[in-house]
Amino acid sequence: MVEIRWHGRGGQGAKTVSQILAQIVLREGKHVQAFPEYGPERSGAPVRAYDRIADEEIRIHSGVYHPDIVVVIDETLLESENTAEGLKPNGVLIVNTARSEDEIRKVTGFSGKIIAFDATKIAQEAGTGFPNVPMLGAVVAVLGTDPKVAEEELKETLSHRLTPEVVEKNLKAFRAGYEAAKGVYVGG
Amino acid sequence: MKKVMTGHKAVAEAMRQIEPDVVAVYPITPQSEIAEYYAQYVADGLVRTELVPVESEHSAMSACIGAAAAGARVITATASQGLALMVEVLYIAAGLRLPIVMALANRSLSAPINIHCDHSDAYLARDSGAIQIFAESAQEAYDYMVIAQRLAEDEKVRLPVLVNLDGFTLTHSSQVVETLSDEAVKGFVGEYKAVYPLLDVDNPVTWGAFAMPDYYFELKRAQQAGMEAAPDVFLQVQEEYAKLCGRPYRGFFEAYKLDDAERAIVVMGSTAGTAKVVVDELREKGERVGLLKVWLWRPFPRKEITEALAGAKAVAIMDRAISFGNLGALYLDVVSGFAGREGPVFVNYIYGLGGRDIPVEHIAQVFEGLKRAETGELRYLGLRE
Repeated sequence: MVEIRWHGRGGQGAKTVSQILAQIVLREGKHVQAFPEYGPERSGAPVRAYDRIADEEIRIHSGVYHPDIVVVIDETLLESENTAEGLKPNGVLIVNTARSEDEIRKVTGFSGKIIAFDATKIAQEAGTGFPNVPMLGAVVAVLGTDPKVAEEELKETLSHRLTPEVVEKNLKAFRAGYEAAKGVYVGG
Repeated sequence: MKKVMTGHKAVAEAMRQIEPDVVAVYPITPQSEIAEYYAQYVADGLVRTELVPVESEHSAMSACIGAAAAGARVITATASQGLALMVEVLYIAAGLRLPIVMALANRSLSAPINIHCDHSDAYLARDSGAIQIFAESAQEAYDYMVIAQRLAEDEKVRLPVLVNLDGFTLTHSSQVVETLSDEAVKGFVGEYKAVYPLLDVDNPVTWGAFAMPDYYFELKRAQQAGMEAAPDVFLQVQEEYAKLCGRPYRGFFEAYKLDDAERAIVVMGSTAGTAKVVVDELREKGERVGLLKVWLWRPFPRKEITEALAGAKAVAIMDRAISFGNLGALYLDVVSGFAGREGPVFVNYIYGLGGRDIPVEHIAQVFEGLKRAETGELRYLGLRE
């Protein structure tokens, strides 16, 4: 079982991408759970969301304490929260930042694999402005999930609420995030 | 068809497929999304249900009672304080033998105010006369909503049925749920024919009559007959449903690796899933542990649970609510079956109040704690002291 913890701020879509990821891996026949942590909900407040992915039925209903992957959508959280807390030594820390991997290692104290890339810039260049989608792309890469399957699901889900033009921009942002993380796998 | 959906959505989907005549509901966390999804279905014309957006839960249950007495198929949903407000009229729904199905998104009761899961709300309605079922997962919440409809409406039963699903843990968590086709659900629940509907003007009847000491007792005894009929109907409907969905529902409870267990846990709701993980881990180490997960809590299947636990040496009964001034309600239910006979040692654990998380380590502590235990002990799991 792979457990993922997403760190973001209210309104950045951490919960949304955690749910889209669940739909993506279901397409590969996986079992999955996706759930946010509920505190006082307000725009800008730190939020956490979680995914559990497994080949067998998932029966556990507790919180996630030792994630395999931690995703930080908003890098200002690196200073205010212990984002690497409980992250397994052979896990992967994925951070949306313009800072270098070494700088992130220093801030978080995490000794395992770190993927640091500027998802905000990717989102801006793609014309969406939301870094959660390139971060989703990075997670799909780290999980070793077929990117074509992921794109199909993303396209279908986003098409319910966005115009084809905006969906295409998001797919572009997704692919750029995927490329940024390609080659690093969780647990390997 | 397998889809990723929250517990809310699973319940709303079951409701859409059942397509009751009337849904009267008032929003409250963590139930609100059930009402929101259903309101959307109505607005989109997917169902022909009369949605009654009432001004309180008391009114929601009152509207359900009126509609059910008129002869309609009725569903509602609530949580926590909402159920507390409903309870006055929930007793009336049961006393009038009205088959109202309700999803209860389990949440603690105030004070202090808290939005997260425990079973205090379900315990508040324990003696209301409503049948109560607990779900472990979003899948079970979906399945038991469909089963509940038939159980509630059976002529021998005719009682409200509460389907409990843990607030947030199940309502707000996306899981893989396999739904039946609309036709399969519609075929399973069938067309509802109310007994003595108020709107059958050719055969006028009185509902909500007055009963003094001369008849009140007899009427309450007759109400108990509905509860007494419920277990057999539950098994029969569940068996029929299991054949339809292909999932192995059987019995009033799930006995997980219980047959040869020396130490066992009795629990209701989503915690059962986490406990199964621990049972598997300990079994791999050769420890004889097992689990009894209660599906049907009211009426309480005392005889069957007694038989299932009789071979164990020590049993932990886990209550996710305090029954202030006494041991937990589930504890007393289970132990009552062993009155006057030999049985295991029974310990009561109070756990998970107000959404306190229950990691696998805590369940492992319970099994460990059963190695040294005395009947009647009350322990608190996951509490900072």
